[in-house]
Amino acid sequence: MKKSINILAALAMVAGLVSCNDGETKKTNTGGQGGLATNAAERVYVAPGEHDEFYGFMSGGFSGQLGVYGLPSGRLLKVLPVFSQNPENGWGYSEETKPMLNTSYGFVPWDDAHHPDISQTNGELDGRWIFINGNNTPRIARIGLESFKTEEIIEIPNTAGNHSSSFITENTEYVVAGTRFSVPVPQKDMSINEYKGNFKGALTFIKVDQETGRMGIKFQLMMPGFNYDLSHPGRDKSHGWFFFTTYNTEEAHSLLEVNASQNDKDFIAAVNWKKIEEYVNNGGGTKVPANYAHNVLDENSHTATSTMIKEVLTVNPMDVPGAVYFLPTPKSPHGCDVDPTGEYIIGNGKLSADLTVHSFSKMIDAIENEKFDGEAYGIPILKFDDILAGVVKQPGLGPLHTEFDGKGNAYTTFFISSEVVKWKVGTWEVLDRQPVFYSVGHGMIPGGNSRKPFGKYFVALNKITKDRYLPTGPELTQSAQLFDISGEKMELLLDFPTIGEPHYAAAIPADLVAPNSKKIYKLADNTHEYAVLKDADVRVERDGNEVHIYMNMIRSHFNPDNIEGVKVGDKVYFHITNHEQDFDVPHGFAVIGANNAELLVMPGATETLVWEPKQVGVWPFYCTDFCSALHQEMQGYIRVSPADSDIELSWSLGED
Amino acid sequence: MKKAGIIMIIGSLLLLGLFKFPLWNIMLGAPQYPDPLGMDIYIEGIQGVEEFDIQNIDGLNHYIGMKTIPKAEDMWEFSVFPKVIAAMSLLGILIGVLGFLGKLSYKWFLGWFILMAVLGLLGMYDFNLWLIEYGTDLDPKAIMKLLNPDGTPMTYKPPLLGYQKMLNFDVDSWPGAGGYMLMVGMFLTLIAFFLGRKEYKNI
Repeated sequence: MKKSINILAALAMVAGLVSCNDGETKKTNTGGQGGLATNAAERVYVAPGEHDEFYGFMSGGFSGQLGVYGLPSGRLLKVLPVFSQNPENGWGYSEETKPMLNTSYGFVPWDDAHHPDISQTNGELDGRWIFINGNNTPRIARIGLESFKTEEIIEIPNTAGNHSSSFITENTEYVVAGTRFSVPVPQKDMSINEYKGNFKGALTFIKVDQETGRMGIKFQLMMPGFNYDLSHPGRDKSHGWFFFTTYNTEEAHSLLEVNASQNDKDFIAAVNWKKIEEYVNNGGGTKVPANYAHNVLDENSHTATSTMIKEVLTVNPMDVPGAVYFLPTPKSPHGCDVDPTGEYIIGNGKLSADLTVHSFSKMIDAIENEKFDGEAYGIPILKFDDILAGVVKQPGLGPLHTEFDGKGNAYTTFFISSEVVKWKVGTWEVLDRQPVFYSVGHGMIPGGNSRKPFGKYFVALNKITKDRYLPTGPELTQSAQLFDISGEKMELLLDFPTIGEPHYAAAIPADLVAPNSKKIYKLADNTHEYAVLKDADVRVERDGNEVHIYMNMIRSHFNPDNIEGVKVGDKVYFHITNHEQDFDVPHGFAVIGANNAELLVMPGATETLVWEPKQVGVWPFYCTDFCSALHQEMQGYIRVSPADSDIELSWSLGED
Repeated sequence: MKKAGIIMIIGSLLLLGLFKFPLWNIMLGAPQYPDPLGMDIYIEGIQGVEEFDIQNIDGLNHYIGMKTIPKAEDMWEFSVFPKVIAAMSLLGILIGVLGFLGKLSYKWFLGWFILMAVLGLLGMYDFNLWLIEYGTDLDPKAIMKLLNPDGTPMTYKPPLLGYQKMLNFDVDSWPGAGGYMLMVGMFLTLIAFFLGRKEYKNI
């Protein structure tokens, strides 16, 4: 414990020193950033009725959701529910969406969402889907960008702390998930101090169907028991490879802040996934028992199904010679970033004073000439000097992540010195530095993780907010900052608050997404088991103590709106179909005493809320979304009789 | 009369555009409908500009007690109009061909034009009658019964031609592509007449 306090104190002192040294430059910089000194306000102003240039998808962090923002305005457009229940629209509460949150651990209504990544074709953003990882209970979600809805969630077995995820290859062939915490595989009751040599780190390659987007685990690469922190795909010339940073190559299992910080160098694992894919396609790998959930939301039935999969294909890296190499990288590298050409692999050594840049072509050369510097668990370690492209000297403290602008520049975030540093790829010279407020984690340039970045803006996703906004008690939002990077120097334009705690983010030009955005679901395509497409089919049915209400709604009434014959102890299913076929006319549904949430039903969709009445009486339900001039009239009553009552089910609309 | 005959034929052929393009178009914009709802009136029936426009116009109209927009089979006009247009087009072509061959006087061109103009005016009159009925024959149990400043019940007849503000809606009623083709076609038959007369005098 004492050791750790010393380390912390040292870090704090270092941070203090740096901020003292930077005091003067900081002052001049902020002076230039005053609203009156620049036209910054004009450049982020999106006039009423006009649209932003980019969609920004900021991971919701511990909210478990995905925040959708407009850039450059920083306006929140939507909180898109992914891994967490969302009472606002019934996500994870409605019968249709509950299966989406099913896992091998049962129903898990929360997660920690980290790294959104937009689908690509030929290394360029294509706007079909966005993927995001749940870190805590390892899962990957796919969100369709026509409906802005989570369409699929797949659990990742043999994994814990799904952190080096969810990054995609340049044609969206795979979405990749890596484990941050190594664990016994298969899980078993064993002593924690037998970690070393016994725990495994699974790197999971999930195949994506190009037509439907459906995900399926192709194979899991069972790596040594290090911590696999972040990853990025090779692109262009390095397409076919995937790079993962590691820390804790010491394989410590306790007090990692000290014990995992001892090695002078950890590794970036370079994985030739094309080689392993070929091996697997030829029958390679070992099928092992597993148990993981695959949840799919069907757009026409508006209903999710959860399937438990009982087997997964594992690959031992030793069985595929030439598939995996270790690139020594100084001091617990965090972000692992690949430049748009695919040549440079940046290891952001978070405890190092320098940034290490590896060369892909040198790496290939070293592999061909077998310039190895030993091995770890049978995996060849390449010689550091042979693969090094360059070093960015003393750029700042605590480098975490690097993004690219497509014009030959890189932008690295520094957590400890709280700044963004622009440097030149190839010459490694520092070109500019700007303070951020405060302690930036990830940075994001639209398309900055692709062959074709849109190098106009850089968004700093900061971890500490402090005094940036009006205080709201001890608990604050996080804060993002938008820089204009179109000129030689970065220019701070805007602060805006963000939900949860954004880690990575992804942004895409609006014109690649907006024209495809759905306005309604077609009622004619609704295949929901309990949908009522015609008024004539409206009914109430009893099955034991289950009561199914087949209801529809349209401005401004429910059909039926008077229901009798329900008894205390019944389980009442309100299956509600929205008959509107008009843009932006959802109807809500809420019933008194419901132990779950409301429903927000989109035009043409059907959703189900379960209500278990506990008290005799006549109870109202109503529309929660102000839908029309007669919204207040959009209500109904359900009569609940004693359990032993013999009142028959009846229902009506508009009868006296 | 060769040139005049050809123009007469072209003018008559343009009428057939009504089988493909709308005769008339009514657009309804409102604060809540930045993308206006719209109906295209074809000689064979009424269709929404977008897939669900008719349903949504009906949905809104039920508040003020208007009837739903008629289906093709609900109005005799939609079975008679296509026959009249097809017949007039064929007749015009026949007159044009005979004129081209010199078997007919140019006066027939004017005769066709006058007949078409009369039929067109009757059509407009009929259309206006329908608009009046549609806009004034309201359900007595309507949700919203609005009054004019003078105390009379408010009615909702869309304009036959042009723009009108109705409650929160901006209503625009203008010919559609088919309507413009009809007008150009009729104008051409008139030109055919004058050209035919000129050619006749020159002989």
